[in-house]
Amino acid sequence: MTLPLPKHRTAYVNARLLDPASGLDAPGALLAEDGKITDLGPDLFKDGLPEGIERVDCAGACLAPGLVDMRVQIREPGEEHKETMDSAGRAAAAGGVTSMVALPNTDPVIDDVPGVEFIARRAREVKRVKVYTYAAVTRNLEGRELTEMGLLAESGAVAFTDGLKAVADAQVMRRALSYAKTFGHLIIQHPEEPSLAGGAMNGGELATRLGLPGLPPLAEVMMIERDLRLVEMTGGRYHVAHISTGESVEVIRRAKARGLNVTCDTAPHYFALNEIAVGDYRTFAKVSPPLRSEDDRRAILDGVADGTIDAIASDHSPHDQESKRLPFAIAEPGIVGLETLLPLSLQIYHWEKAELLDLLAPLTVKPAEILGLNAGRLAKGAPADLLLFEPERAWKIDPETFESKSKNSPFEGLPVQGRVRRTVVDGRTLFQAA
Amino acid sequence: MTSAHGTSALEGYRHRHLLGIEGLTAHEIFFLLDRSDGYVALNRGDDKKTDLLTGRTVINLFFESSTRTRTSFELAAKRLSADVINMSVAWSSIKKGETLIDTAMTLNAMHPDVLVVRHPDSGAVQLLAEKMNCAVINGGDGSHEHPTQALLDALTIRRRLGAIEGLQVAICGDITHSRVARSNIHLLNALGARVRLIAPPTLMPSSIERLGVETFHDMRKGLEGCDIVMMLRLQTERMQGSYVPSTREYYHFFGLDQEKLRAAKPNALIMHPGPMNRGVEIDSELADDIHRSMIREQVEMGVAVRMACLETLNDNLQQARRQQEQAAQ
Repeated sequence: MTLPLPKHRTAYVNARLLDPASGLDAPGALLAEDGKITDLGPDLFKDGLPEGIERVDCAGACLAPGLVDMRVQIREPGEEHKETMDSAGRAAAAGGVTSMVALPNTDPVIDDVPGVEFIARRAREVKRVKVYTYAAVTRNLEGRELTEMGLLAESGAVAFTDGLKAVADAQVMRRALSYAKTFGHLIIQHPEEPSLAGGAMNGGELATRLGLPGLPPLAEVMMIERDLRLVEMTGGRYHVAHISTGESVEVIRRAKARGLNVTCDTAPHYFALNEIAVGDYRTFAKVSPPLRSEDDRRAILDGVADGTIDAIASDHSPHDQESKRLPFAIAEPGIVGLETLLPLSLQIYHWEKAELLDLLAPLTVKPAEILGLNAGRLAKGAPADLLLFEPERAWKIDPETFESKSKNSPFEGLPVQGRVRRTVVDGRTLFQAA
Repeated sequence: MTSAHGTSALEGYRHRHLLGIEGLTAHEIFFLLDRSDGYVALNRGDDKKTDLLTGRTVINLFFESSTRTRTSFELAAKRLSADVINMSVAWSSIKKGETLIDTAMTLNAMHPDVLVVRHPDSGAVQLLAEKMNCAVINGGDGSHEHPTQALLDALTIRRRLGAIEGLQVAICGDITHSRVARSNIHLLNALGARVRLIAPPTLMPSSIERLGVETFHDMRKGLEGCDIVMMLRLQTERMQGSYVPSTREYYHFFGLDQEKLRAAKPNALIMHPGPMNRGVEIDSELADDIHRSMIREQVEMGVAVRMACLETLNDNLQQARRQQEQAAQ
């Protein structure tokens, strides 16, 4: 007869517990046993800690579910010089992200079962934060033939998207939505009408001044409006990625009011910056969709505050110097985001646009619900994926200190508030601030 | 030999580079125009050479084919006694090959004093300038700016009409893709002229009014009361259905001919940055009319303006280097 192994138990005491799913915001403690949360609350360990439990004193810092980042480009396989499973995992942990979802725009594209299995295997090997993956909607992201969605989902793909490319053909989108509906799968769209999208930055005065081809905001809302018709027709599940314009927020707000099955996310740069950041051809501020006008930025902020925008994702897009030190029009779009997701999002709380607990929902439980992940909650039985952070702690963003292999951030030198103290995945501490 | 005006360039034009007209003051523009005037006289004499840039190296780096602008810069540098080399680099956005940064590093090692750059991408010259140890002149970048063209246009107008302030100037053609239009808008606004743009909506960039211009889609209305008509080149690949339906249709509505020109002031003058598409954007006889067309003078002024710019940037560079040496001691 073998004796059961002693349980590994950790108590997080003196914490401010924050759980957006249940609305809990109170001082208290949390107990994790063998990677799961087994107890939590204001009264836990009031009379002291029993023997045999590791004690973590949170010193009044906030203990929340680890962040769930639903839009990350890991670059493995194919572009390991920009980021790897390992470096992305370290960056995520440093940023308080305990679950991240990879886009399929790798080389090769994740459009078959071995691709999905590769991501899962590499994630197991590097043993860092939890990694999920999307699979492509169409083979090789070409926008024509559907992938084996059923088989891909069975092997672990959490939803379907063509990444940075829109599913442009209306017939293909219609079939993708109705086919995915059979299995209850979600289609995620990059909202951009490609025939209007030849530009390099937001269309308008600044683009005209700089002599750069403009991307009209219209290209985004047009694609969303078309898709909403198809959602209505097919009854499929639809999510719009990284919306950037006020009109997109408005159209989605109305669609939700009509009861359509639609959700959306945005990235911090769309509420933290406007097109002025492009300034004199700053390629670090080149993103797709592009940074928009100040009115758009404010509308995105309001959309997050009122819940029209369901999730905030980092839209982590690592690029090396060679991809960015180019004339603006041909530089790669994207911002490295895992390690700035929390402080940039916390700006919304510091600007007094949202309560801390409400702001955490689009970073944790909401994306988890959209994708059906067992994550984003502080609850008995839930995985002990935890984020310990100090929301008021001030610091300056310095890309040179990033764990990510790439440093392409336009936020260099920005003073922010909110620092990660500790990141825990399945009870294991993966990051601890010095 | 000192400058034609005996002044230090830093008193008039303080920048290390000439990357664009946007942001320059009227004072700085006048300084460059005044210097250029001196060179017009020199260029018309028998002995066209001065020794102001003896021992200096000027590199013409062209990522886009150009005969006129390159020749004009080359001649300007040679008349100032600089050593000049011309480098033509085939550039395609798809095949990047050596990056601009690598190019800058290579060129720095050759110790040029002034680098003249033309590039098909907006902002590329600025990117290069950030990495160069020498002075950089923008010889045209994408659809962004072409500062020496605007300066030579201004010099041409000023020499013919005496002043620029208060003039009504129409710029007509492919505004969207034109760096000449943008540089001229900034310069003419800085000097107090009124600028009107005339183009079909497909060739008029969005929010261009915010740069301080009036826009017209009807050429006759746009030309009403104008002193100067600047025509722009329409590239052939944009005439075949993508931006305008055909050459014929374009000429009918936006080509400059005697009949449309009647809407402008009786003695209105015509300009064109070249090379012209005769019969597409401008009537051939009109282009050659010595009383109305200033197209040949523009070419002449080009050399003078580029000499003034080379001299000025070289002055600033030498002064900066002296200051560096003093600081190091």
